[in-house]
Amino acid sequence: MEVLNALVALSNFVLIPAIAYGSQLALGALGVTLIYGILRFSNFAHGDTMAFGTMVTVLVTWALQALGIGIAPLPTALLALPFGIAATALLLLGTDRVVYRFYRQQKAAPVILVIVSMGVMFIMNGLTRFIIGPDDQRFADGARFIIKAREFKEMTGLSEGLAIRTTQGITVVTAVIVVALLFWFLNRTRTGKSMRAFSDNEDLALLSGINPDRVVMYTWLIVAALATIAGVLYGLDKSFKPFTYFQLLLPIFASAIVGGLGNPLGAIVGGFVIAFSEVTVTYAWKKVLVYLMPDGLEPTGLVQLMSTDYKFAVSFAILIIVLLFRPTGLFKGKSV
Amino acid sequence: MKKLLMATALTACGATAVLADGHAPQVKLGVSLGFTGPLESLAPPMAEGAELAMKEATDSGILLDAATVISIRADSTCIDAAAATAAVERIVTSDRVDGIVGGMCSGETTATLQNVAMPNGIVMVSPSATSPALSTLEDNGLFFRTSPSDARQGVVMTDIIMGRGFKEVAVTYTNNDYGKGLADSFQAAFEAAGGTVTLNASHEDGKADYSAEVGALASAGGEVLVVAGYVDQGGSGVVQAALDSGAFDTFVFPDGMVSQALEDNFGADIDGSFGQNPASAGEGRDAFVAMAKAAGFDGTSAFAAESYDAAALIMLAMQAANSKDPAVYKDRIMDVANAPGEKILPGDLAIGLEILKAGGEIDYVGATSVELVGAGESAGNYREIEFEGGKLKVVGYR
Repeated sequence: MEVLNALVALSNFVLIPAIAYGSQLALGALGVTLIYGILRFSNFAHGDTMAFGTMVTVLVTWALQALGIGIAPLPTALLALPFGIAATALLLLGTDRVVYRFYRQQKAAPVILVIVSMGVMFIMNGLTRFIIGPDDQRFADGARFIIKAREFKEMTGLSEGLAIRTTQGITVVTAVIVVALLFWFLNRTRTGKSMRAFSDNEDLALLSGINPDRVVMYTWLIVAALATIAGVLYGLDKSFKPFTYFQLLLPIFASAIVGGLGNPLGAIVGGFVIAFSEVTVTYAWKKVLVYLMPDGLEPTGLVQLMSTDYKFAVSFAILIIVLLFRPTGLFKGKSV
Repeated sequence: MKKLLMATALTACGATAVLADGHAPQVKLGVSLGFTGPLESLAPPMAEGAELAMKEATDSGILLDAATVISIRADSTCIDAAAATAAVERIVTSDRVDGIVGGMCSGETTATLQNVAMPNGIVMVSPSATSPALSTLEDNGLFFRTSPSDARQGVVMTDIIMGRGFKEVAVTYTNNDYGKGLADSFQAAFEAAGGTVTLNASHEDGKADYSAEVGALASAGGEVLVVAGYVDQGGSGVVQAALDSGAFDTFVFPDGMVSQALEDNFGADIDGSFGQNPASAGEGRDAFVAMAKAAGFDGTSAFAAESYDAAALIMLAMQAANSKDPAVYKDRIMDVANAPGEKILPGDLAIGLEILKAGGEIDYVGATSVELVGAGESAGNYREIEFEGGKLKVVGYR
C-alpha cells in the first residue's frame, strides 16, 4: 500500500507532467533540429513560430466555438489545428522567400543566418502580439480530465490521488503519431530520403539531381506543422501567452543540442531528458519518501534540490555539461 | 508662419484661462491608481469613489470658501515603480496637485512616496497599499492609509483559519512586496497562535504552468492552502494547478484573491474555501453603497469605499487647517479621523466641513469606520467570505 501510494504520488506530480512536457519539448526540438540539419542554421525564431501557429489556431478555435462546431469531449482546437498549420506554412514560406533565400544564395555563414533568424524572431513576436495581444488566452474546451484525483482515490481506496488531464493524454498520443509519421516520411518516402541526403552532403545531393528548392520547401512545411502542433499542445495543456513561447526557446534548444543537433531521434530523447531533469530536480521529494522510508527515517525537510524558480537553470546546466563532455550531443549530431 | 501664429494665439488663450482660474479658489487632488496592470479591474470604482467625495465637497460650497475640487488621474500601473514615479511626478510638478489619493499597490506606493511626494512635500493617502513595510517607513508625516496593514490581516486570517479548526497550512505568495509582506506576517501570527506553516513559498506571476510549485506545496502537506496572490495573475494559476492535481481542495483567499473572478473561474470546485478582505459593515458602508449606486458605479467593489474615505480625509483636514498647503494640513488628518468630535458618515461631508469651519471637532467615520492608528493607518475591519454552491457568500465581519 505504501509503495503504491508513493508510486501514485510520483506519477501525479512527476511522471505525468514530465511526460507531457517532454512530448511538447520533443516536437519543438524536432523542428529546430530539422532546420539545423537541412538548412544549416539555428532558427531562433522557432519559439515565435510556435506562438504564431498557436495564435491562428486559437482564433480559428474561437470562430468554430462561436459557430457551435465542436468535437466534444475533445478540444475544438484539434479541429482548428490544420488551419493553424496552413497559415504558419504560408508565413514560413513567405519568410524564406523574402529573407532566408537571399542569404542562402549568398552562401552566407551560419552565424549570419542565426542573427537573421533573430531579426525574424522579433518580427514574428511583434506580429503575434499585434494581432492577439500579450495576454493569457484560454482556448481549451471539452472534457478537462480523463481521471480526476478524487475519483481515483475513491476507485482505488489509496490515500493519494492521480489526475490525468485530457490535454496531457492528447499531447502524448499526438506526439507519438506525429513522430511516427515524421520517421516514416524521412525513411520511406522519396522526398524524405532526398531531404536526408541533402542534410548529409549537400554537394553530393545536388550532383545526384536533387532539387534544393524542393527540399527547402518541404523542410519549411514540416517545420510549420511541427511548430504549430507543439505550440497548440503546450497552449492547450498550460496556457497561451506569447511571452512564454519566447521563453520556451531555451529548453527547446537545450533539448535539440543535448540530443545532438540535426539528429531527429536525439531531439526526442533530448526533450524528455530536459523535461525529466527540470521536473525531478525541482520536485520536493518529501511526500514520496515519507511513503517509502521506514518509520523514524522519514525526512522532515522538503528534500527539494532546487526551488522551482530555477527550472531554466537546470536546462542550462545540462546543456553546458553536454557541450563540455560530448559536443555532438548524446546521439551523434553535428557539433555546434 | 501660419502655424507659429496659431500656436502663439493658442498659448495666449491658454495663459488667459490659467489666469482666470487663479482667481476662483481651487483644490486639485491627484488620484494615482493602477488603471492598467494586474489590478486594473479594481481601479475605476476606486477612482469614482474618490471623485464622489470630491464632488460632494465641491457641491457643499463650504470647503475653503467655496473651492472647486478637481480630480487629476494618474496611472500608477500597480507594478511598475518607474512608470508610477513618472506619472505622479507629472501630476505633482506640472498639474501642481495639493494632495494625492494613492497609490494602489505597496511597491509602487513606496517608490512614489519616496521619490516624488516626500521631496515635494505632498500628502499621500493610499486607499489600498497594505504592506507592513509602509508602517515603519520614514515619511515626514506625509503618508496615511485608509486600509489596514497586512500585519493586521495576518492576525485576522489566523483567527479565521483557527476558528474553522485548521492547524496546518501551506502558504504560497506572489513574489512582490505585497505577497511577501502578507505571507510573512501571516506566518508569524499563525505560528504564534500555535499553528504550523508547512511551507511558505513564492510563485512568479505570468507563468503558463504552476504544477511544479504546487508539487512542492503538496509535498510539504497541510490541510488548506493559503494563496496570497493576485486573482487575475498567478494566484488563479496556482489554484487551478492544485485542483487539477488534487493536491488541495480547500483554499484560503486574502484580499488580492477575493473577487468575482474566482466564482467565474472555479465555481463549485472551490466550495468550502474561505477568506477575507478589508471591508466593514454598518451605517457608513450602506450609505456609501447607496450613494455609489446613485452615481452609477459599484460601491461594493474592493477598496472603493476606502478611496472615498481617503479623499474625504484630505479635504476635511484642509478645512480643519483652513489651508490647502500639505505642510499645514498634514497634521490635521489624524485629528479629523479620530475621536473626539461629531461622527461624520458618507454624504455628510457638508456637515463636517461646517463644524470644522466653525472651529469644532469631528470624528470622521466614513464608509469604512475609519480609525487611524500608529503612523496613520486604518485599524482595519475585515469581511469574512466563504464559497458555497459555487457562490461567494459573506459570513460575517471581524
